[in-house]
Amino acid sequence: MPVKSREEIVFQILVNTFLIVFLLIILVPMWRVVMMSVTPLGYAAEDTSFGMLIPPWKWSIEAYKQLLTHPNFLHAVWNSVQITVLGTSLSLILTVPLAYVLSIRTLPGRNILINFILLTYLFSAGMIPTFLVVHDLGLTDHLAAVFVPVAIGVYNVLLMKGFFEGLPVELEEAARLDGASELQVLIQIILPLSKPILLTIGLFYGVFYWNEFFYPILYLNDNDLMPLPVLLRNILMASSLNEYVEYDAFSNAPIQSLKAAGVFITMLPMVAVYPFIQRYFTKSTLTGSVKQ
Amino acid sequence: MKKSGVDRPSSISQDDNVTEKTAAQPALVPNAAIEIPWREKFRRLWRAVWRHRWLYIIVLPSVLFFVIFKYWPLFNAQIAFKDFKPVLGVVGSPWVGLKHLEAFFNSYYFSRLIGNTLFYSIAGLILGMPTAIILAIALYETRFNMIRSIVQTGAYIPHFLSWVIMFGVLLTMLSPSEGLINEIIKATEGKSISFLTSPKYFRWVAIFSNIWKETGWSTILYYAALMGIETALFEAASVDGASRLQRIWHISLPGILPVIMIVTLLRLGHILDAGFNEIFVLYSVPVYSVADIIDTWVYRAGILEFKYSLATAVGMFKGVIGLVLLVVSNQLAKRWARTSLY
Repeated sequence: MPVKSREEIVFQILVNTFLIVFLLIILVPMWRVVMMSVTPLGYAAEDTSFGMLIPPWKWSIEAYKQLLTHPNFLHAVWNSVQITVLGTSLSLILTVPLAYVLSIRTLPGRNILINFILLTYLFSAGMIPTFLVVHDLGLTDHLAAVFVPVAIGVYNVLLMKGFFEGLPVELEEAARLDGASELQVLIQIILPLSKPILLTIGLFYGVFYWNEFFYPILYLNDNDLMPLPVLLRNILMASSLNEYVEYDAFSNAPIQSLKAAGVFITMLPMVAVYPFIQRYFTKSTLTGSVKQ
Repeated sequence: MKKSGVDRPSSISQDDNVTEKTAAQPALVPNAAIEIPWREKFRRLWRAVWRHRWLYIIVLPSVLFFVIFKYWPLFNAQIAFKDFKPVLGVVGSPWVGLKHLEAFFNSYYFSRLIGNTLFYSIAGLILGMPTAIILAIALYETRFNMIRSIVQTGAYIPHFLSWVIMFGVLLTMLSPSEGLINEIIKATEGKSISFLTSPKYFRWVAIFSNIWKETGWSTILYYAALMGIETALFEAASVDGASRLQRIWHISLPGILPVIMIVTLLRLGHILDAGFNEIFVLYSVPVYSVADIIDTWVYRAGILEFKYSLATAVGMFKGVIGLVLLVVSNQLAKRWARTSLY
């Protein structure tokens, strides 16, 4: 390490201060959500610390208890889980073969197929014509309506195609010489090597479906089918919770805590899964997007 | 041509040239495509297709998806030029030409929608991109690996949160009754401000919450570009006595310029996509005048007011402009950055 000049020290102080301030700007609002969710009734009034910190002896998990024992809330969670699991599975089942087929340069008709898909990326008919298709198919008011029409993301296909193209060709050729069919090559050679991209694209799809808010509103009218984000938005908009959650006026959880607890529960799966997959997605997002 | 003789007709001499060339070339690359008849070509193609038959079969469901959910809607888009009545169906409804597009161009909301859409896109680009570049440079320059990885991890998280969650987070910061910022305002003897429902503040809340959510994630590309710069360049500059800021200005920024250009062009290609999900979650009736973008209007007109044809026409208008912008920006990317956006 060379001797640090004064300029270098000042520069490092500035850079790291900037980074820490940025991190605080990201974390403070999230921290406040957590703190508000454990605020007991009556604490807000005597609050002197802007609700950033609460003495531990005043914590209350009443808001979580209320939400997690309420049938409407649990039903919305169940709908969201169904949409996420079914949607992600369908998306991967449709994306993997498409990306693999597009990655084979010798395939007759490959360019036609690429243009066939890129055209839909460049020009889309818009909301209403697609709405009419979903309606004509009779999907309206079925959970399938919120994941089948959006099952393939063109960007994800291109990312995965880039990954397949980067795999060594020798492996496939060796397998073909041994008499393996195209399907065997895909299932026995390619897929085991593709764990990083499958996890990454799976996470992208999973996040997309868990967060879905607009399509349920567009395609579902039945309140029993509404996923968590729609219920959460209703809870957040409500000045009294009676409509959505049978709010007990004598409970120990103030309405702000219920809202914050709802936000926290909805974001929890994302925040919990994310560190495990982080190292995969930065790598594969880069190899896919910084192409030459 | 001249060496084959002056008095010969040019067509023959050209033929001569060709035979000369093929003869001169070693037979490593046989010019087979010209020689074989189309029947043989077809047989070879068929053999290649047959060899890959399983690939065509496994890709069939995905192709079907695009036909049903992407190309069928394109067919339905004809209702932009019809008076669509659900009873008559897409094909049976009467043609009315450009009536709906004209109605849109002549309406008072035309300039409002275009203005808001462009405002959110351009302001997001102008304010968001420098923030992301500065953050990427700071991440690259810090000598503390701990701080770097913690900030990276923390800054990526908001990208994965939905706008409904963002709405909840914003309420804990901005709500007039319990928002943190309003508590600070109240503590300093001010009057609480209803940020999300006042037309004066809504735009900036929307833009800054988008920056808050996406800046970290968008540093990935810039950071990777910085990592790709030869470290020898920095060392040479430092030997020559360049200061830190000079090194950033003369080496780092030029080094990531191609990425900056690609991202800018890509954003310009999508300039009419001003963030439907964000506006749709955050906006409310009091702020329609400053919040309404093309997509939110299409939803209200088409789905809530049943003006299917008018909403489709507006959506088509957006689609056509978007197509032109994407193709143009792709051409520019090919010329300037030698890369393709799609």
